[in-house]
Amino acid sequence: MVNTKVKLCGIEIDNPVIPASGTFGFGYEFAEIYDINKLGTFSFKGTTKDPRFGNPTPRIAETPMGMLNSVGLQNPGVDKVIAEELPKLAKVFNKPVMANVSGFSIDDYAYTCERIDKEAQVGWIEVNISCPNVHGGGMSFGTDAKNAAAVTKAVKAVTTKPIIIKLTPNVTDIAEIARAVESEGADGVSLINTLSGMRISLAKKKPILKNVTGGLSGPCVFPVALRCVWQVYNAVKIPIVGMGGVSSAEDVIEMMLAGATAVEVGAANLIDPYACKKIIDDFAQVMEKYHINSLEEIIGGAH
Amino acid sequence: MKNTVFELIKNKQIAKNTYESVLRGDISDIKAGQFVNIKIDGFYLRRPISVCNVENEELTIIYKVVGAGTKVMAEMKQGTRLNVLTGLGNGYDLSKSGEKPLLVGGGAGVPPMYLLCRQLVKLGKTPSVILGFGSENEVFYEEEFQKLGAKVYVTTVDGSYGIKGFVTDAFDKVEYTYFYTCGPEPMLKAVYDKSVTSGEFSFEERMGCGFGACMGCSCKTKYGNKRICKDGPVLVKEEIIW
Repeated sequence: MVNTKVKLCGIEIDNPVIPASGTFGFGYEFAEIYDINKLGTFSFKGTTKDPRFGNPTPRIAETPMGMLNSVGLQNPGVDKVIAEELPKLAKVFNKPVMANVSGFSIDDYAYTCERIDKEAQVGWIEVNISCPNVHGGGMSFGTDAKNAAAVTKAVKAVTTKPIIIKLTPNVTDIAEIARAVESEGADGVSLINTLSGMRISLAKKKPILKNVTGGLSGPCVFPVALRCVWQVYNAVKIPIVGMGGVSSAEDVIEMMLAGATAVEVGAANLIDPYACKKIIDDFAQVMEKYHINSLEEIIGGAH
Repeated sequence: MKNTVFELIKNKQIAKNTYESVLRGDISDIKAGQFVNIKIDGFYLRRPISVCNVENEELTIIYKVVGAGTKVMAEMKQGTRLNVLTGLGNGYDLSKSGEKPLLVGGGAGVPPMYLLCRQLVKLGKTPSVILGFGSENEVFYEEEFQKLGAKVYVTTVDGSYGIKGFVTDAFDKVEYTYFYTCGPEPMLKAVYDKSVTSGEFSFEERMGCGFGACMGCSCKTKYGNKRICKDGPVLVKEEIIW
């Protein structure tokens, strides 16, 4: 019998598999086809202070082994999330959930985190300081160590739940940003958010995405994500949630060997709605194959 | 939504750049106006294709070769097994049709009209159908609709077949109680402006997942933000913002 349990910022989860924010909504679409209580937890749709429609369409483009999105944080706003989405979520998911929060000013982040922190079902708050889609917003916090630290400090001051800062890979040195947020009390970091990219339609001779650029995700980013997790593991002591192109139980184990305590699965959910369920079901066999008794024991094992 | 494997039993060209595929598999829960999302080897995202017909464990789809993915689909051999998500989207509301529904399809928007027409005939309605194409070599399914018992009008932009002009140029020949339409957005807008009753429009948008998770295909309506893949692709006339 293999052990898939891990402890993420003091909360034990049955397995390290966490659907990533923006690929799992508030869980209902997936709860229609399998019991999502099988998951370690999931990170719900990025929530902001005010409701947002997001960017104009088209906001999806295909790439070799991946995709670009420029959704731009469409969400109903924190008030509606608390009033409508969380009560619905509680009916299909009975574990602590990871809240995902974005903002466009330090006050935004603090306001939204303070409100979401009071919700009983919220286990962790993942703070997205790295979404590359929003003009004049998120990007600047995540690409500058001082701004990243300032958001962390402001959010920590008004919350009680573990704060996981989600980092962007679109920087020169991701380890520097990780150290900066750790120094202001972040309880964990998650990485990587999407890589900035674009495609041009030959037929129209124009960018495919109306927003011009979007975030690249899918298996094509996995080696980049793995490298970032490796570097951040060497730089900080707080737990790392690894993500970026993870599509199989083998990928999860590779991420954990690089230093991840838990692993988020993003684009794979969109291609195969059963992706996370399959990964969890495959653990026993894959762990046996590689002589792994406990996933917790392999964290950072490749260092 | 269901995720099952279908077997390709027929794949043939029926008009210029236009292919008809018949797939055998689990067709339960597939409604008129819905779409399926097909995984194709070598491509990351699935291909969303509208449902043309479901009958006797067979799903018929008709698609235009527009890019690399549909080119591969056109070359698929009989016996190919395909991973397909079915039951996607809201579909048409047949209860609103009245006695004389009008079905308007343009180009790649023609296929979803077929299952709808078949089901309306079964309900005892007398549908009229307007099919719009660019030119004679692009025309398909005129006879198939006629066999269902519908009155069919074909328009071509260049006048090489049927009525010269756009689908809206055939409107004056038809008396209707309600309408259903699918086609390129400029055509939908023209139908919106020309129509004198309420009706339903099927929209297209670039999708990530096709089942409501990624918010890639959202649009604004008078009834709030909607996901084309999950809350659509069918929107009612009264809610559309152009």
